[in-house]
Amino acid sequence: MKENESANFDSREIVTHGSLDRREFLQRVGGGIVIFFTLGDSSVLLAQRRGRGYPEDFNAYLRIGEDGRVTCFSGKIEMGQGVITSLAQMLADELDITLGSVDMRMGDTFLCPWDMGTFGSMSTRFFGPALRAAAAEARAVLLELAAEYLKVPKEQMTAKDGIIFDKAQKKNQVTYAQLAKGKTIERHLKQKPDLKAVSEFNVMGKAFPRVDSLEKVTGKALYAGDIRLDGMLYARILRPPAHGAKLGRIDTSAAEKIEGVQVVRDDDLIVVLHKNPDEAENALAKIKAQFDVPEAHVDDKNIFDHLLKNAQRGNVAARAGDVEIGEKLADTTIEETYLNSYVAHAPIETHTALAKIEGDKATVWASTQAPFTLKEQIARVLGFSSENVRVVTPFVGGGFGGKVAGSQAAEAARLAKLTGKPVQVAWTRAEEFFYDTFRPAAIVKIKSGTAKSGRIVFWDYSVYFAGQRGSNLYYDVPHHRTVVYGEGGGGAGAHPFATGPWRAPGNNTNSFARESQIDIMASKARMDPLEFRLKNLSDERMIRVLKAAAEKFGWTPSKSPSGRGFGVACGIDSGTYVAHMAEVAVDEKTGKVRVKRVVCAQDMGVVINPEGAKLQMEGCITMGLGYALTEEIHFSGGEIRDVNFDTYEISRFSWLPKIETVLIKAEDVSPQGGGEPAIICMGGVIANAIYDSTGVRLFQLPMTPNRVKEGLASRAREAIQAK
Amino acid sequence: MAGRSEVRGGKGRGLVARQDRIAVLDTTTEVESMENVSFALNGKQVSVTTNSERMLLWVLRTDLGLRGTKCGCGVGLCGACTVLVDMKVVRSCVFPVKDIKGKEVLTIEGLARNGKLHPIQEAFIKHDALQCGFCTPGMILSAYGLLLNNPQPTQEEIIQSMDGNLCRCGSHTRIIRAIESAAKEMKGAR
Repeated sequence: MKENESANFDSREIVTHGSLDRREFLQRVGGGIVIFFTLGDSSVLLAQRRGRGYPEDFNAYLRIGEDGRVTCFSGKIEMGQGVITSLAQMLADELDITLGSVDMRMGDTFLCPWDMGTFGSMSTRFFGPALRAAAAEARAVLLELAAEYLKVPKEQMTAKDGIIFDKAQKKNQVTYAQLAKGKTIERHLKQKPDLKAVSEFNVMGKAFPRVDSLEKVTGKALYAGDIRLDGMLYARILRPPAHGAKLGRIDTSAAEKIEGVQVVRDDDLIVVLHKNPDEAENALAKIKAQFDVPEAHVDDKNIFDHLLKNAQRGNVAARAGDVEIGEKLADTTIEETYLNSYVAHAPIETHTALAKIEGDKATVWASTQAPFTLKEQIARVLGFSSENVRVVTPFVGGGFGGKVAGSQAAEAARLAKLTGKPVQVAWTRAEEFFYDTFRPAAIVKIKSGTAKSGRIVFWDYSVYFAGQRGSNLYYDVPHHRTVVYGEGGGGAGAHPFATGPWRAPGNNTNSFARESQIDIMASKARMDPLEFRLKNLSDERMIRVLKAAAEKFGWTPSKSPSGRGFGVACGIDSGTYVAHMAEVAVDEKTGKVRVKRVVCAQDMGVVINPEGAKLQMEGCITMGLGYALTEEIHFSGGEIRDVNFDTYEISRFSWLPKIETVLIKAEDVSPQGGGEPAIICMGGVIANAIYDSTGVRLFQLPMTPNRVKEGLASRAREAIQAK
Repeated sequence: MAGRSEVRGGKGRGLVARQDRIAVLDTTTEVESMENVSFALNGKQVSVTTNSERMLLWVLRTDLGLRGTKCGCGVGLCGACTVLVDMKVVRSCVFPVKDIKGKEVLTIEGLARNGKLHPIQEAFIKHDALQCGFCTPGMILSAYGLLLNNPQPTQEEIIQSMDGNLCRCGSHTRIIRAIESAAKEMKGAR
């Protein structure tokens, strides 16, 4: 991993304290003489430096049962992105067992190796090498043990499907299960075995269907809200009507009179509990509460001025040449400002948790992307030792960055402590919209110029509140400067509510701005937008994805606007290159944009599960239609006006374009991110296609019918003035 | 820390949460209109005694322990709670239990028969037509409801019929493919 890729990490990095020491580790996985080996892979070392690091003993990652089934332990969680399958493939391949013999245990802080959290498309890139190294070493140790057991030279042994046999005499064999007997393997290797080369893959690189499908299609898959404990209560919490509102008078007497209802008041927390969640909800409605709501100064219209006024100092993230000199070299200069509104994560499963407390120990089942961080948070809230808190993560019903944060588990834990009973807190949809850590509203200002030759000569780029991710310029520009105001959406206090990482944080904003600006320059240069990009690129991986997308799409050159409604955009996220092409139709009467077709070519290095990768690409494209066309939070001060899916519109079946995906064969590059990259261009590619269709350039996401109509109206005004 | 902390309960089951604050209420309780509701659930006769104004979703998930039916929005806007009542698609989060008396309810748990998955479930697996899986039970039951009425729908009809079911992960294209393939497989059978 290159140093500059650190920009791909979520800048709101989670820092935890202490470490899983050897004693603690042995307590969890069982005793024995464990001798450590060193993981040399630089990405694993980097992962270790960034947090507590992954443990070095392979027993932390896997356990071979007496029945021959192998349990894989990972601190990652499964929220739909599919690592439950691809991680199992990695383990199975390096260990030489079948995929079907792997059982995944994920996101349980008591059983699984520490993990910073499941975000930033890091599971395959950083946990993957650690898991593979563990499996490869376990396999090599098992081969040694088998050689001794069978009294055959080690070199003469080979492993397949969990059986080790003598190559000379196949009947002379022993299984992993017979050797491991369900226990910790005490032996280690001084020299770390190599990971398999792509040519040696048996399970990786193949399209396996998801391993969690059967549970999910039968309704047996458990999510945090599906865990049931004896005597548990469901909580509904009194919430303010706006962020910053202060509770005034309150009367809970009517709620208290309802049979089976308990009312809890603990400082700011006012809660009704009942053995049925809906009856708790009914009781909550009986509470009379007055709030003082602070006067609203910002709303979804004036927010951008407010943010610019409150921006932190900028930091130069990248610079080459001298933009002032570059400006003088330009024949055409373009200066534009791009905006995007706040966007919600809106997973279909809201934030949910169930907490149980016994003595000084707590167990919490939570819908979370960061169980180990949550463990520390709960320990602080309860005043417990973090060693006495266990977070278990069942299936997570969508996260997209939104479940890195969330107070629901801490609320459930507080309530379990107060009531002495297990308590579930499941946010309503309105709470989900209220307490979400929205993708920040953001502003990008770009001044750039081209020479007569069609080469970009300077690029002066400022991004406010979206952060650095995705701002790296991969076009060849001699004079450029990128200034980032507020890291990772930063500027605490500037936003009227919480913000946080949203699928490919920062990159959707940056790619929309960059790819729109590139298109404007191409149009001014009277060049085909694809040709213009290729002319200004030397990055082979980018050229390759653009050409692959063009081939699939059947792109024919034309300067824009061509009236065809074709758009192109490209970008880099999590080490992965993507190029998108889209076709749109714009209804000029209603302003409605219909995306008819999207092609995406992706170079993600070595692909672990091609089907899983394509599913993520399709998911990114479909989800991305929302932030491109409709999704924005309406608010007045701290009051969130969108409380459900009626006004906050996410992608539907009827919006679907024809989606085509192309995976580039790139076996010289180690596996890169897959859950986020294909979403980053959705704003840019649709904006460019709208321009190609209508000649109207839109500078603000989402590109709602009203904004399209405003654009059409100003186009008409300009046409009249031109006459 | 001197904060307010009380736990109060109806029927005088007040609890003491912190020693400095004690609150046990006198108890005049509102008595709910409890009613016995009988209906067929996944082919078996069941009866629950509850406030019949409650929504079917919560009775299924809590009283009857069938947790495959999910709550996504709570107001009938997302389809995660879809079940069939007398073979018609309903959103169980806005469907009161008093309206299911004597009727047949089918949930995701009742779709596989004699241990064999329904062709729609098979098709969802085969086409990887899911990601996080939270909307999946509702998707499958909506698809089932569609195919009962229209065994060979066009793609346009599938899209129209499924449009009220939301999926945030973006598995839509595969869900359509799975429904098309299940329709072919079922050939009009249930």
